[in-house]
Amino acid sequence: MDILRFITAGSVDDGKSTLIGRLLYDTKQIFADQLEAIEQSGRLNESGEVDLSLLTDGLKAEREQGITIDVAYKYFNTEKRKFIIADAPGHIQYTRNMVTGASNSNLSIILVDARKGVQEQTRRHSIISSLLGIPHLVICINKMDLVGFDEAVYNKIVEDYKLFAQKLNAKDIQFIPVSALKGDNIVEKSTAMDWYSGPSLLEHLEQVPVSSDINLENARFPVQYVIRPHTTEYHDYRGYAGKVISGVYKKGDKVVVQPSGQTSTIKSVQLGGKELEEAFAPMSVVVQLEDAVDISRGDVLVKQEDELETTQEFEALLCWMATKPLKPGAKLLLRHNSTDSRAVVREIMYKVDVNALEDVQDVDQVQLNDICCVRIRTATPLLLDKYEDNRSNGGFILVDEISFTTVGAGMVTSTVDESKLSYMI
Amino acid sequence: MTKRYLDYLDQLEAEAIHIMREVAGQFEKPALLFSGGKDSITLVRLAEKAFRPGKFPFPLVHIDTGHNFPEAIAYRDELAERLGEKLVVRNVEDTIKRQNLTEPKGKYASRNGLQTYTLLETIEEFGFDACIGGARRDEEKARAKERIFSVRDEFGQWDPKLQRPELWNIYNGHIHKGENVRVFPISNWTELDVWNYIKREEIALPNIYFTHERECLVRDNKLMAWSDFIHKDPEDVVIKRQVRFRTVGDMTCTAAVESVAFDIDSVIAEIIESKISERGATRIDDKLSETAMEDRKKGGYF
Repeated sequence: MDILRFITAGSVDDGKSTLIGRLLYDTKQIFADQLEAIEQSGRLNESGEVDLSLLTDGLKAEREQGITIDVAYKYFNTEKRKFIIADAPGHIQYTRNMVTGASNSNLSIILVDARKGVQEQTRRHSIISSLLGIPHLVICINKMDLVGFDEAVYNKIVEDYKLFAQKLNAKDIQFIPVSALKGDNIVEKSTAMDWYSGPSLLEHLEQVPVSSDINLENARFPVQYVIRPHTTEYHDYRGYAGKVISGVYKKGDKVVVQPSGQTSTIKSVQLGGKELEEAFAPMSVVVQLEDAVDISRGDVLVKQEDELETTQEFEALLCWMATKPLKPGAKLLLRHNSTDSRAVVREIMYKVDVNALEDVQDVDQVQLNDICCVRIRTATPLLLDKYEDNRSNGGFILVDEISFTTVGAGMVTSTVDESKLSYMI
Repeated sequence: MTKRYLDYLDQLEAEAIHIMREVAGQFEKPALLFSGGKDSITLVRLAEKAFRPGKFPFPLVHIDTGHNFPEAIAYRDELAERLGEKLVVRNVEDTIKRQNLTEPKGKYASRNGLQTYTLLETIEEFGFDACIGGARRDEEKARAKERIFSVRDEFGQWDPKLQRPELWNIYNGHIHKGENVRVFPISNWTELDVWNYIKREEIALPNIYFTHERECLVRDNKLMAWSDFIHKDPEDVVIKRQVRFRTVGDMTCTAAVESVAFDIDSVIAEIIESKISERGATRIDDKLSETAMEDRKKGGYF
């Protein structure tokens, strides 16, 4: 059994919460006392049934206003998989929350109202999913019951969407006609749509391959913490504790410590004191080296065969998450895996129109929820991959120097060759 | 080529270990809040995996209401001794005396709420900047929205509207003096995941998690372990039942469930069949209002 993390973005009107409620209810993850609590709240949906959407909106303000503001995490499992749902809001003013939920997801469920077809919101959610590197999209054409389960309506929407999706980076797109309210094609195959031969939503979620989404090519091991027991038994022990964020490591591998450039050989890879044959992403392990090299938190062990140079300047797509606008020259703290650095936003190159995936030029400041392309310079050399090549080593956050809140989420699009930077120093 | 596939429990374990090491790497004075319940026992095993053969970079801290199950207390002491790790115990009783607090009275009297005062005192006494806890997002709807790194102000308060966005596996532990972060490494685990992990790791639990005969007082259709700490009205009756505990907290707010499950396998089978959620079955404190947990968290609760 493995784990699938997926995101559903949308508002109550799309039937998003009903869809999640339906998945949880039909897979028997909703307990009697939780259902009772909803019944007691007295809210019914348009058909007079218990409103399953209330299962997902957890905060007082959300229940009062009937909207989703923040990401909520929900869990269910079948015999095949454990599922983690990031239930995110869909309105444009909550783009940052959707970006947050999308950052850890392997799959995105996009809801399209069969009566309305592909809308601005459909495009926005697809674009954000694609920008965040989510490899699998599922387009649920919902409320099929309200269009008489008509195949022609479904086909038209699929065609429209495919035309739009040419601009996206999505590797895998699945279309499913559903009625979340009635349960058609959610868990069981619908009997009302014989013309559809594909899987139900749950069948698809159970079988979509996710292990191949992990990058096992480029070995990256950021050191989080150094274990030094200082006991008689482990007198000279130095264990580098961290998570293999991509790639594979084993005993005998030649490694380079970045940014210092020292080299050594892996003596052992361990978990919980037990020796492992190899460690691969996303395992948390302890690595010991043959040589006593100087390594501390923030250093990264890479393999000699796929060595990567550090950089202090790069371009990235950035989702701005603060109410205070971002201006060129802004100084911020940057965290990339276990590395911290001071950073300056040298240039804002363009803004991305998330409703159309078009670039907007001549931008002098960036507002909350905007996605833009920036050039960043850091005080500390960073070991970065392009986000599209290695999702787990291409993302970073920006933190305000005074309030310490997270104000930006960035995805590296290109790194700049250090040798060409001499004019800037 | 060998197939490199990580089972879901291994994935959850790897994530939790990573979070614990981030705490060790980012903070100066962390602590692990240990209650003697299965979730914090799981945290201790994860800490062993994260830091052995080194010592834990934090003490185990128990906020003792004085109304805990003796079995859980004995387990706590034995565990700390066996691991050779530091255990800090602070008593709600002392806080009540020191701060001249009023003990809740009446039918639902519990020191559960007073734990917050002792916790905040303890955080201040030691200068803890991060407290690791065993809360899970599947437990309750407010918890479903809480971050893995949850920043609290100097009064320990959680502000659900001012939560920091939390992206990828990057955790922002930057705080001002006086603030602290509550960290929840098993946020993404469900009750069943915890039990399956306990089974896989062969972790011993306090025996009250398994079936035993116990004197219980029936309250609001729930079975409360009969003890001197429980308020008893003249019409209340004490009966003997075959029970186990699904959560282990304070005796005054943790109910037992009728059960014949005698080992981990039968407990797991029982949970799969259960129609009632973990907290719904066992917690009196959540039932007091629809947003009871959200309100308590805003006030500094775990």
